[in-house]
Amino acid sequence: MTTQNDWKKYIIVFFITAILFASAFYVTNYLYNNKINQLKSIQDNISIDILSSETQFSLFQELSCKDVNNSVLSQEINNISDKINYSEKNFATDNTDIRYLKKYYSLLEIKDYLLMKKISERCGTKNSFVLYMYSPDPTCTDCVKQEYVLSLLREKYPQLRIYSFDYNLDLSAIKALISIYKIPANVPVMVINGKNYSGFKTVEEVEKIVPELKESLKIQETKPAGDNKKIL
Amino acid sequence: MASFGDIILYILVFLFVYVQVFFFVTFLENRKKIFVRNGNIKLTKYPTVTIIVSCWNEDKTIYKTVRSLLAIDYPKEKLKIFLVDDGSTDNTWNLMKSFEKYSNIHIFHKENGGKYTAINLGLEHLKTEFVACLDADSFVHPQALSRMMQSFLENKDIMAVIPATIIHNPTNFIQSIQKIEYFGSIFVKKMLGFLNGLPVTPGTLPIYRREVFDKLGGFRKAHNTEDGEIALRMHQHNLRIDYCHDAYVYTVPPNSLYKLYKQRLRWYYGYIKNLIDYKHLLLRPKFGVLSLLILPSGIISIFAVVVLFIVIVSKFINFFAEKIIKIQTIGFNEVLHLSKFDWFYFNIKSMSLILIVSYSLIIFSILVGRKMTENRFKPSFYIIFYMVTYSVIAPVWLLKAVYNAIVSESPSWR
Repeated sequence: MTTQNDWKKYIIVFFITAILFASAFYVTNYLYNNKINQLKSIQDNISIDILSSETQFSLFQELSCKDVNNSVLSQEINNISDKINYSEKNFATDNTDIRYLKKYYSLLEIKDYLLMKKISERCGTKNSFVLYMYSPDPTCTDCVKQEYVLSLLREKYPQLRIYSFDYNLDLSAIKALISIYKIPANVPVMVINGKNYSGFKTVEEVEKIVPELKESLKIQETKPAGDNKKIL
Repeated sequence: MASFGDIILYILVFLFVYVQVFFFVTFLENRKKIFVRNGNIKLTKYPTVTIIVSCWNEDKTIYKTVRSLLAIDYPKEKLKIFLVDDGSTDNTWNLMKSFEKYSNIHIFHKENGGKYTAINLGLEHLKTEFVACLDADSFVHPQALSRMMQSFLENKDIMAVIPATIIHNPTNFIQSIQKIEYFGSIFVKKMLGFLNGLPVTPGTLPIYRREVFDKLGGFRKAHNTEDGEIALRMHQHNLRIDYCHDAYVYTVPPNSLYKLYKQRLRWYYGYIKNLIDYKHLLLRPKFGVLSLLILPSGIISIFAVVVLFIVIVSKFINFFAEKIIKIQTIGFNEVLHLSKFDWFYFNIKSMSLILIVSYSLIIFSILVGRKMTENRFKPSFYIIFYMVTYSVIAPVWLLKAVYNAIVSESPSWR
């Protein structure tokens, strides 16, 4: 029979339980770090892609615009945007890594935006640009709804280039964008082709603001399959 | 930083898992002592025993209950059966009278006063060394009494022995999941028996030495859970309660969700109220593991289940609210179109891993409990059904029991 108070057993069980908890925290932390590394790796790839595109653009400046490739950048940037947003919402324990990744990602977005604008101007391509300012604060329900709309538009119109920025992120480059485009603080705010639009906008409203989107869709539908990959 | 709510949740879950690990370690320590005795056992001596069956409107089951008592493998001259009718308004009394012809059966009738008054009437007429109490909706295995009596003969310190309560032939889903629950309960009670921490002597044939009542007096009115009160009173006087896992008593469980809810509400309300009445037993080393672990863990379990339930429900509400907003914003078809699987979004949190460990220990206890009674270690889909169903419904009766205990609103028996 067990003695009335087997203190040794109480202590051993405490350590076993503590080890179980510590193991759970270790595994979670390991998986968290893996995800952060995955994000870092994607960002490094994007960085290389942007550098490559810039170099490509410089090399072929004298040649035809046909040779400048749109690459997979847009899709990669969209993926990482979703993942960073998800990480910010779900990995609440320590956001230092995510804040760093977010800053890095924002800079890459700005670089991509500037490069794409240059390509668009020089080659006369029909790209539309949306600078989207939001707040990750869950009380900003319009921001959540706007993200759904923009995700759908990204899928629907690959030539629509959407760049999302946390309005309150402590990054001088974002502050410069806010200052250049005179973006107000009442997020969500979108800068579409240089013009400010405050408040939530539905899919239809955005399509109305950028009528080229629907037109390009019609053109794509009339083109034979296979030609859709190189749209600038 | 983790929120205050998260910290509370982690502390509660830590304590909850601590108790589970404590039982698991106790199992490893005592596993060689757990075996099922097959066939009829012969005792070196057969002490005299009285079984008191208290009845209130039990005309559907009383006949079968008494027949099972008459079939018990124990010398007839050593076994008395008291049938006490607690003012039934159905045919119970007439059915009882049909057993008058048996020399070892005595029948009593009294005004309705509650189960404890019916048992106390039986105790007043007690002349045997041992006494057992049985609800009139339970049926006893022929070997149950002998197997329990052996525990008394082997250890003079044991003052009461509890048998294993089993659901024999479940007829619907609600009874089937209760059968699984009872297997888990058999494991837990066996461990509590080893630890001398059984907090209740349920109405399915607990046997007491007569001196328990000579010393403590009879049963008391105790929030419709007199079997819990007597157990706590026994612990207060350092009287040991043991558990006999291979002495089987079959019971008829509630056959509907509402009846199950009513039963559990009564149990947990009584448990909380008895705990308040016996709060002086809490965290006092001289009362052993019951005081330091079992009673506190009962409180912790109630809060852990309630808090976990609130957390899970709020997460579900958030999830569905998010989906509804998404559908309202971009339409149902587009939501389906945009949903792509990516391992990145499969978020494993430490709490989820801890709960997996906790649920694994629950499954282990159910399987071992089944092995102890049916001598087979067979998994069943009902284990999953039980865990899912109870995760949803148990917090409801726990919350209501806590509420009732706060406002002192006693739930009805049926």
